[in-house]
Amino acid sequence: MLDNLPVLSLIIFTPLIGALIILLLPSARSNWLRTTAIIFTLLPLALLLMLFAMYEPSVGGGEYTEQSTWLTIPLNIEVLNMPFNGTINSLKLGFDYHLAVDGISLPLLLLTGIVSTMSVLASVHIRKRWKTYYFLFLLLLTGIYGVFLARDLILFFIFFEMTLIPMFFLIGIWGYYGREKAATRFLIYNGLGSAAMLLSFLILIATLGFSTADGANLLFSGNYDVLLSNVTDPNAIANVDNELFRSLGIFMSENAKWAAFILLLVAFGIKIPIFPFHTWMLRVHTEAPPAIVMIHSGILLKMGVYGLIRFVVFLFPEQLHSWSTTLAIFGVINIVYGAILACVQRDFKLVLAYSSISHMGIVLLGIASLEEVGLQGAIYQSVSHGLISALLFLIVGSLYERTNTTQLSELGGLAKSVPFMSGVLLVGGLASLGLPGLSGFVGEFLSFLGLFGSMKIVTAIGVLGILFATIYVLRSILNITYGSMPEQFAGMKDARFIEALPMVTLVAFIVLLGVYPSVLTDLMQNSFNGFIDQIQSRMGG
Amino acid sequence: MEALQTLSWSDTWYLAPELVLSGFTIILVLLELILPKKINRDLIGWLTLVGLLVAGVFVVLLLLSLGNGKEADGFYSLLGGSYRIDDFGNVLKLVFIGAAAFIVFTSLGTIRDEDVPIKGELYYLILPAVLGAMVMSSSGDLITLFVGLELLSITSYVLVASRKKSNLSSEAAFKYVVTGSVASAFILYGMSFLYGLTGGTNVSAIQAGLDNALINSEALLYISFFLMIAGFAVKLALAPFHAWAADVYQGAPTPVTAFLAVVAKGAAFAMLYRIFMNTAFFASEEESMLKNDIFLSLSVLAAAAMIVGTAGALRQRNVKRLLALSGVANAGILLTPLALSLTEMNASMFSEFTYFLIAYAFMNIGAFAVLTIVARDSGNETLSGFAGLYHRAPWTAVAMTILLCSLAGLPVTGGFFGKLFILFATVQSHTYWLGAILLITTVVSYAVYFTFIRQMFMRSGSIDSGLQMTLPTAITIWICTIATLALGFLPVPILEWLDRLFSLPTDLFL
Repeated sequence: MLDNLPVLSLIIFTPLIGALIILLLPSARSNWLRTTAIIFTLLPLALLLMLFAMYEPSVGGGEYTEQSTWLTIPLNIEVLNMPFNGTINSLKLGFDYHLAVDGISLPLLLLTGIVSTMSVLASVHIRKRWKTYYFLFLLLLTGIYGVFLARDLILFFIFFEMTLIPMFFLIGIWGYYGREKAATRFLIYNGLGSAAMLLSFLILIATLGFSTADGANLLFSGNYDVLLSNVTDPNAIANVDNELFRSLGIFMSENAKWAAFILLLVAFGIKIPIFPFHTWMLRVHTEAPPAIVMIHSGILLKMGVYGLIRFVVFLFPEQLHSWSTTLAIFGVINIVYGAILACVQRDFKLVLAYSSISHMGIVLLGIASLEEVGLQGAIYQSVSHGLISALLFLIVGSLYERTNTTQLSELGGLAKSVPFMSGVLLVGGLASLGLPGLSGFVGEFLSFLGLFGSMKIVTAIGVLGILFATIYVLRSILNITYGSMPEQFAGMKDARFIEALPMVTLVAFIVLLGVYPSVLTDLMQNSFNGFIDQIQSRMGG
Repeated sequence: MEALQTLSWSDTWYLAPELVLSGFTIILVLLELILPKKINRDLIGWLTLVGLLVAGVFVVLLLLSLGNGKEADGFYSLLGGSYRIDDFGNVLKLVFIGAAAFIVFTSLGTIRDEDVPIKGELYYLILPAVLGAMVMSSSGDLITLFVGLELLSITSYVLVASRKKSNLSSEAAFKYVVTGSVASAFILYGMSFLYGLTGGTNVSAIQAGLDNALINSEALLYISFFLMIAGFAVKLALAPFHAWAADVYQGAPTPVTAFLAVVAKGAAFAMLYRIFMNTAFFASEEESMLKNDIFLSLSVLAAAAMIVGTAGALRQRNVKRLLALSGVANAGILLTPLALSLTEMNASMFSEFTYFLIAYAFMNIGAFAVLTIVARDSGNETLSGFAGLYHRAPWTAVAMTILLCSLAGLPVTGGFFGKLFILFATVQSHTYWLGAILLITTVVSYAVYFTFIRQMFMRSGSIDSGLQMTLPTAITIWICTIATLALGFLPVPILEWLDRLFSLPTDLFL
């Protein structure tokens, strides 16, 4: 039934249509606005579930690919004619509207669908300017889906930037006390990341993207498939080192490769975030409204992981291979630094923020392994962490509504007044510290397993690092749920239906991934299969 | 020396846009004198608009006639090459006339008598200023170019001073006269060296004599070019020659500020193209580093302008000064294609330049139009005037947000693609450092432009009543916003049009 529909476009643009509909609704009717937003968040999720049901890992997502020319911009050819002796008809810069899905993006797309739905339900706590809020929310969603589906560098970049502006508003208008500063910091840090990414992309387009259709029509293409085939093809123009191509600037030298590689690493490193670039993310975690932090921590950070795998791992395996120890060390720093700092925080939101840093370190280890298991682990861990942190921030939001605080010292004994929420919090915490049977364990296990083959000591330190998780998780959760309860919390009501629904759903998914990992691993299986062989043959050659 | 070529009657067709503007200027000056005081001077504004539109129609007709291939070479040369009708000139003339028309249109009804006592003057003086800009984009002779430059400069000095009761305005005009004349003097002095070394004022004659001059007196050529670069840097407000810009922009009436930011700057770029693409571009004698040094100094100027403009704008609270400094940064971006044109691989970056100039014109005129309205309402020109604008006039706030996103180079706007193409050219020519500076300053500029957005959306203002909007301003704001978005969503048609029109040998080389 999905045969004749442009499914991927529909997934991206249904939220946008919803956003436009919201513009037409009266701003005082909060119920209408919320219902519309929920419907237009559920629609892409429904499409994704259908896609998931029909997706054949052995076949891949080729049949869903959508590709058409989007922009072709003529470049001046008068000078080019000199070296080519006047045989050039046209020189163009071309960007394609190219969407595709595979086993790497599908798990993250599903994660987006689930977390965004839970987040839109959790948005009941938003108290002002609903119309603008839901409009921006759906706009953000379009950007995220676009990032995971786009296969053209400039298209990817535009969707990536498209997530920035709505997030800036969502943090800056509906956040807590320090919201404006947090929003600006978010914008500048991510802007710098995007700038590095754009420069790197343009280097790629100007070299690897160069192709000649029939010798006379030259094209600089931003199409990912073109880049991917050129990077492995020794006869591609970008890989042919001669005087002419050098002077034209289309030969990709080793230096250019390293420059593009490092720029991409910085760009996605800021997003993940890798250790020295993490400060903006702490502020967003503490200042943004919880429903938005669910999106931010649950999905936006994973855009960095996705970018790292899609562009760095696939396009620059040699460079990554020679830097894999460095990347693994950064991963271990993330794990240990995040875990230790999470142990001493007084604000529960900061505990969760630092624990995110720690968990994203595990993802880095998985990527640094360059092994199939490790890469699968990286994605598994991303999905699992997305679900867990969405769950935890969902509870944070509901707790804050009742207690007006997230300071550990002011909370306590909540198990008596809100037993349901305390129970869910405990499940989330246990998943976060990697209890077997819940999703966190599988992701960590796969990542460490992947890395263990090549870097035993680093892996060992990393594993030690996650032991801290037990300390900070239990410390803060016990602090919140047990102990003496301050008097003002006595009459608190437990979760309402609209709050309980997303909590239960998220817990269900966390358990599902914990006890039945092949739901995701089967999806990813074939995406890396050929790739690993290919890397090994390139390394050998 | 060949015999002087004179104008014939048939040439008036090619000069029609210029003649229309001069005719309208004379008529309007007289009209302003004759008309009784009772009559609203907005009449003169409307007539100015008519003059600009008629001239614009003639430019379009000329553009079409050239495009049809009526002239075998794709251009028409008057007076022995000292005046040229070609696509380079025509496209830029169209941009200048369009920008001036929007500016005049916006000011109808928004200029207050107590601020600008002689309103008619402000309107009709726009015409000779545009005429000067047109001469600058269409001449092939140093003398004609300089006459155009002075025509534009001197009328601009008067325009800046037209807030006759404001001390700021007089101060601005005085500063503008002094720095502007010094800059003109630098340019003229530089030109005189070129003339002395090559024996011609016509750029083609200079080009012919350049090789000889390079061998015999390279040092003097260096002096000549660097004097001109310094002079133009002042006219373009490139750092470190930009100090006048903030004061002048602040003192001038807002429409004049917009005019300086768009037309005066664009015209100076046109003149720079006309001179440098015919002289510096050919200064490639093997032993000489001159061309490379000019490229390097232009790129350094561009980079300095981006850095200084953006950094300065960060701390600025006065919106006009802020936009002046953002104009400094944008001048740096506009200079980049010209600088890159001098590298081996990228000759003729005209499409990139023009595309960004058009995007820049729309976003600036739109932003200044919003500023006019907001400042009139709040009584001051500081950022706090924008506080809570979203609650008072949500659509204006949204339009302003789009314009600011374009200034900041965020997708999907004209500013984004404009910057993207220029950036791609820097990568292509391996001038990575310039690309990196362009990107970093762009990111820092987010902080500048998003201060407006914070004020508009996240703060509450002191005024609760709706915004007093005049119809022409509203129309201008919306046209600019829609055009900015259109440039972002559909950049291809205009770029293809420019590519089809423009060819380096016929349109720029003489």
